[in-house]
Amino acid sequence: MNDDHQTPLVGVLSLQGAFREHRRALERTGARTREVRRRRQLEGLDALVIPGGESTTIGKLMVEYDLLEAVRGLGREGMPILGTCAGLVLLAGAVVGGEQPLVGLMDIEARRNAFGRQVHSFEAELELPLLDGKPFPGVFIRAPWIESAGPGVEVLATHAGHAVAAREGNLLVTAFHPELTADVRLHGLFLEMVAGRHPAGTA
Amino acid sequence: MRAMKIGTMTVKSGLAEMLKGGVIMDVTDAGQARIAEEAGAVAVMALERVPSDIRAAGGVARMADPEKIREIQETVSIPVMAKARIGHFVEAQILEALEVDYIDESEVLTPADEAHHIDKWRFKVPFVCGAINLGEALRRIAEGAAMIRTKGEAGTGNVVEAVRHMRAITGEIRRLAGMDQAELSAAAKDLRAPLELVKWVAENGRLPVVNFSAGGLATPADAALMMQLGADGVFVGSGIFKSEDPAARGKAIVEATTHYDDPEILARVSTGLKEAMAGMDIREIGEENLLQHRGW
Repeated sequence: MNDDHQTPLVGVLSLQGAFREHRRALERTGARTREVRRRRQLEGLDALVIPGGESTTIGKLMVEYDLLEAVRGLGREGMPILGTCAGLVLLAGAVVGGEQPLVGLMDIEARRNAFGRQVHSFEAELELPLLDGKPFPGVFIRAPWIESAGPGVEVLATHAGHAVAAREGNLLVTAFHPELTADVRLHGLFLEMVAGRHPAGTA
Repeated sequence: MRAMKIGTMTVKSGLAEMLKGGVIMDVTDAGQARIAEEAGAVAVMALERVPSDIRAAGGVARMADPEKIREIQETVSIPVMAKARIGHFVEAQILEALEVDYIDESEVLTPADEAHHIDKWRFKVPFVCGAINLGEALRRIAEGAAMIRTKGEAGTGNVVEAVRHMRAITGEIRRLAGMDQAELSAAAKDLRAPLELVKWVAENGRLPVVNFSAGGLATPADAALMMQLGADGVFVGSGIFKSEDPAARGKAIVEATTHYDDPEILARVSTGLKEAMAGMDIREIGEENLLQHRGW
């Protein structure tokens, strides 16, 4: 329908969670989007978002519908992937004390519900030097943090001494929910990674 | 470190946003909680008895024993919800102290106050409340509810009331969309809801918080039906653990909720599930025994 080849097509994994909010943020930032529930819907995408939700639920459904291996393969080929909250957990190479299906592309270890149960969920302003200007509104909901990261991982933001946003090559993760705010700068940063992929990329 | 804010409406309603497209399952012990998580539930509701047993047992139904709630919290990594009686703000205080992730101020339990619901703004734990129509949903949101669920008729295994309530809410929202300011003021009066919320709904074409379906869902097709009617997700109470094979039925309902508009998948997951819970005809229950009329 849209034959503008300059406009990237971003898939949003839509098995469960806040996928509509990611679509809205991406469309406001100038991308086309597609909901992904079946493997065939991965075809022709320029990038993928794994949204917040329950990582155990999303992981099980990814296994059941043959998406886990497929997404891992696309990530290895260099497709830009953004993971928020549950998406961070699913992209992590390991989860502290947990056994659950993971895409496992990134050289980080995630700790689930690291800040505590829901009564400890919070909002906090974050310093994100990669983004111009004012602090970023961090919405943390039963959020994970990055317990440890390999040498190739660039930590983009911390809160209370814990890494809560990071980038490694084509992968971008946040422990918080940019899709629940009106601030689309992180989605903009992700789309820059998508645009940069074809010339050379930054990684 | 910069200032942190806890218990804001953004983080309260935000957790409900993360549960969308998912299934919240009633469980009565750690064993059931494990089965629910394994089946792919996005959260569990910790209860003393499932609604069909509450209905059968009669008497006063209250908040679950904290020991039971703790046992379930220790067993699963997904959010744990628990029910408080309508208006029973001390049960809610106890549940907040236990750090449950959501409180359901629920008509399934025996109401503790026949005029007032809990003032939910006073809590940092979020609340979900039942509603049978738009006015009730907006009154609960005005009291601080961060999530709504249509009531249906719990413990019946009959989806008809869930359908009635979802259609009532979506129909009323559509009706508001065509109204001018004067009509909206009149509508707010009819709905017994704050004008500001009524205006917001008219402008945005939806509730300001997530709206799940509950009460009487028993099959994958029931879950998909409610999703196609506009639910953001589903609660399944007695429907799973009162069926013959809860693990298989739970998993099938999870898949049906995700793939609610894919009849090919719905056909596959509906196949060979053994017996569903026995259902009840709503007319046989008697008007005075309907749980959905609790709440004001």
